Amino acid sequence: MKLLIKNSAGPKTTMRYLPLTPEDRAEMLKTIGAKSVDDFYEDVPKAARLDGVIEDLPMHQGELAVEWHMGALAAKNRTASEGPFFVGCGAYKHHVPASVDHIIQRSEFLTTYTPYQPEIAQGTLQTVFEFQTQVAMLTGMEVANASMYDGSTAASEAALMACRATRRKKVVVSGGTHPHYAETIQTACETQGIEVIVLPPAFDDEAALIEYAQDDTACLIAQSPNVFGAVTDLTPIADAAHAKKALLVSVFTEVVSLGAITPPGEMGADIVVGEGQSIGNPLGFGGPYVGLLACRQKLVRQMPGRVCGQTVDAEGKRGFVLTLSTREQHIRRDKATSNICTNAGLCSLAFTAHMTLLGDKGLSQLATLNHEAACDLADALEAIDGVTLKTDRFFNEFAYETSMEATALLAALDEKGVIGGVRASRLFKGDGLENVVIVAATECNTEADIAAYATALKEVLS
Amino acid sequence: MNIETVSGSKGLLQKEELIFDIGTTETTGVDLPKPTGRKGRLGRLKRENGTGLPGLSEPEAVRHYVRLSQKNYAIDLGLFPLGSCTMKHNPRLNEKVARMPGFSDIHPMQPQHTVQGALEVIDELADWLKKLTGMPAVAMSPKAGAHGEWCGMAAIRAALIDRGEVETRTRVLVPESAHGTNPATAVQCGFKVQEIAASDDGRVDLNDLKAKLEGDTSDVAGIMLTNPNTCGLFERDIKEIADLIHEAGGYFYCDGANFNAIVGRVRPRDLGVDAMHINLHKTFSTPHGGGGPGAGPTVLSDRLAKYAPTPIMMVDKSDGERKLVLVDDEAEMAGTDHKPLGRMCAFHGQMGMFTRALTYMLSHGADGLKQVAEDAVLNANYIQSRLSKVMSPAFEGYCMHEALFSDEFLKDTENETVDIAKGLIDEGYHPMTVYFPLVVHGAMLIEPTETESKAELDRFCEALESVASKARSGDSSLKQAPYHAPMRRLDETQAARKPVLRWVAE
Repeated sequence: MKLLIKNSAGPKTTMRYLPLTPEDRAEMLKTIGAKSVDDFYEDVPKAARLDGVIEDLPMHQGELAVEWHMGALAAKNRTASEGPFFVGCGAYKHHVPASVDHIIQRSEFLTTYTPYQPEIAQGTLQTVFEFQTQVAMLTGMEVANASMYDGSTAASEAALMACRATRRKKVVVSGGTHPHYAETIQTACETQGIEVIVLPPAFDDEAALIEYAQDDTACLIAQSPNVFGAVTDLTPIADAAHAKKALLVSVFTEVVSLGAITPPGEMGADIVVGEGQSIGNPLGFGGPYVGLLACRQKLVRQMPGRVCGQTVDAEGKRGFVLTLSTREQHIRRDKATSNICTNAGLCSLAFTAHMTLLGDKGLSQLATLNHEAACDLADALEAIDGVTLKTDRFFNEFAYETSMEATALLAALDEKGVIGGVRASRLFKGDGLENVVIVAATECNTEADIAAYATALKEVLS
Repeated sequence: MNIETVSGSKGLLQKEELIFDIGTTETTGVDLPKPTGRKGRLGRLKRENGTGLPGLSEPEAVRHYVRLSQKNYAIDLGLFPLGSCTMKHNPRLNEKVARMPGFSDIHPMQPQHTVQGALEVIDELADWLKKLTGMPAVAMSPKAGAHGEWCGMAAIRAALIDRGEVETRTRVLVPESAHGTNPATAVQCGFKVQEIAASDDGRVDLNDLKAKLEGDTSDVAGIMLTNPNTCGLFERDIKEIADLIHEAGGYFYCDGANFNAIVGRVRPRDLGVDAMHINLHKTFSTPHGGGGPGAGPTVLSDRLAKYAPTPIMMVDKSDGERKLVLVDDEAEMAGTDHKPLGRMCAFHGQMGMFTRALTYMLSHGADGLKQVAEDAVLNANYIQSRLSKVMSPAFEGYCMHEALFSDEFLKDTENETVDIAKGLIDEGYHPMTVYFPLVVHGAMLIEPTETESKAELDRFCEALESVASKARSGDSSLKQAPYHAPMRRLDETQAARKPVLRWVAE
């Protein structure tokens, strides 16, 4: 590994994050009655005790040197703001108001723990309560939890939750579900002997999915907008599931879509999960993000993860606490609903702060701008000879096909300065989708970006 | 004297209602361009009913959250001695680096040749983790400690599938002192849990373990053991435990939550570990953020390395230049050993935590990290030594990075552990971990970390000594503490009995 940093400073030098002085250490050892810190490690088997410092790693460095090193690595990456950029598929480039990052960097939010002592954690707890309410309202559901790691793990937890609630062991995933999500569901379910059927990739497979609602099905899992951007009416899927006493788990990867499309709660979903990154959180190369999980009231005791509830203090004042902990690992141990013990704390705070800045009016406007940008892009691309749109009803993401293999097509666009989306074949293996590109547009894409895309694509295809 | 105010605020402590009480659906704190009103492509699925979400203007929103923030305790305000949680100082350089556009504004699905610097960060962090643990491989995608546990146990399961023994080897041994995530994870991974008793000195009862491994061991999948353990002690029989479990045909999962006590001084490989998660938010200082996000990269031994989840970091030298690639297609792993257990999440882990943790590691260096462990252990022993005069140490001898006390010293009083915790709040400190581990009655687990000065430790000890003495003398005022927090004791029973989990319009 090539490091900018040279091993220079010795181990005796003071380090800025360590307040103890050599004199402090000596005095403390005296108070304790120990000769040296080695005494504390006497239980370590002799063969496992290390002499000196681990080799082949750099020694400590000042702030400036570290910043240079990390800055040099950062500079090697092309950012999403450096030119026309149209990548979606589960993470979206949006503008986040400056005040959001200020709020989450408040020491009292950034450097605190899970709110176990509610008397001195009302800040976190009230924001979680507000977050839960916002998520419930957005999705049209009755309740939501304090967040999950991300959308994909929220989806796998929802699948397990549906199996617990129905006492069945089969889940069926639509072919329009993001393959990373489908794979995450598979990995989590397989270890518990739950059968996972993932339908073949499809731009729209509502009819096929409905066929899988059977007496032993725990849930149907459908993503809308799906990985190809298609917006689906979930009502017939919910009806089919419910007719067999199965549940509908609906998934989304673009939460802004809920500002424009009918919420899953109004279409009969029992559990709604999704990725909340778009609101408040940067792209950040894949994480940390914030998983959203909402459900019907009757399923609340099957929910995984932290939940905040309202109560009163000894003087009768409204306050908030973590609650329903009898579902959780620290109480239930091997009988817990999940092994989860953290949520996405700070990312959910970013989400709730951004959502508060938006409000219904702002969210609706943001959603419309996204939709219009994608429609403008679709119009511009569709007008090019040899381009076929594969998604007719969409929010801010859609798929198109050309006669050219998508890897080569995207590389050619890249050479012209346009990051033109994701090839479907990067997500789906060997399924005849070699020429399909999935492309997203948001409020961050200007008219000029869209024109640049169309021009570049026209040149590449001609 | 309790003087009521008209506003409900008390000086700097300002009352703050819910956004649903103060915001309106017509208010917004963002200025967006006006949509053109062009024809859309949503058809009949256009949202007709508004969300009802309230908005606030920017000044109102900033005030709302800042006022709320002031009702929180935080590391930046003082010592945060939550045992097993490792609440150390969070360096702000980490935050600055994580926000560099080259890290924060890149997409997980953009072409890999445009993110080589980001892949180098992952690779470099992986290299550190491997060298610090002595292990040959590390899975980077787990998103938290519990997710890392899941990864390690799923890797064990994958190995058992390969051995054709997944149906028979289902028994996982877990000490009764274990963190609740351990048994929960074992069950989530399809195993059955068998508890091992704790010995009188706070460690695994080796005799009980031997008894449980006597005779037929063909059903043993492995053991999940925290080391240093949840009592803050190093498992001195750890090598023997590892050997016993290996002889039984099982694997050794080590919960690495307390790695901060031994980093730079002991490598888990040398203890016989097969898998161990590392909480970047504990040992490597990424912020806890009020409950996440965490990150739980999981190191794997030679026996488990090939089962690491997708995506796998590989090196591509095909066009003469060394390029890093994240590979998730098993076809592209042909010719290698990789047999991934599957995918654990979308994309490839908590990048924002990776940049912070690597920044921290580079700042400390190998020498500084060793000092981190030593100072953490020194601080804990100092606290144990000072407080043993008024409180009851759970076990004899030195501790590692946290000091554990029982409620023995309260036995002739009405006061309990919780009253000590709440009394400490009035003294301006966050309480220690209470009632965990379960093997110690009324447990109080204190972890100061290495980022506290001696002066701060002394102030903390004085405060706790005072509260403990009061409690011991039977002072009943502690029963109603805290008196000086933003709120008095909250009714958790009511919250659970009649759950109100969201605001609803009246």
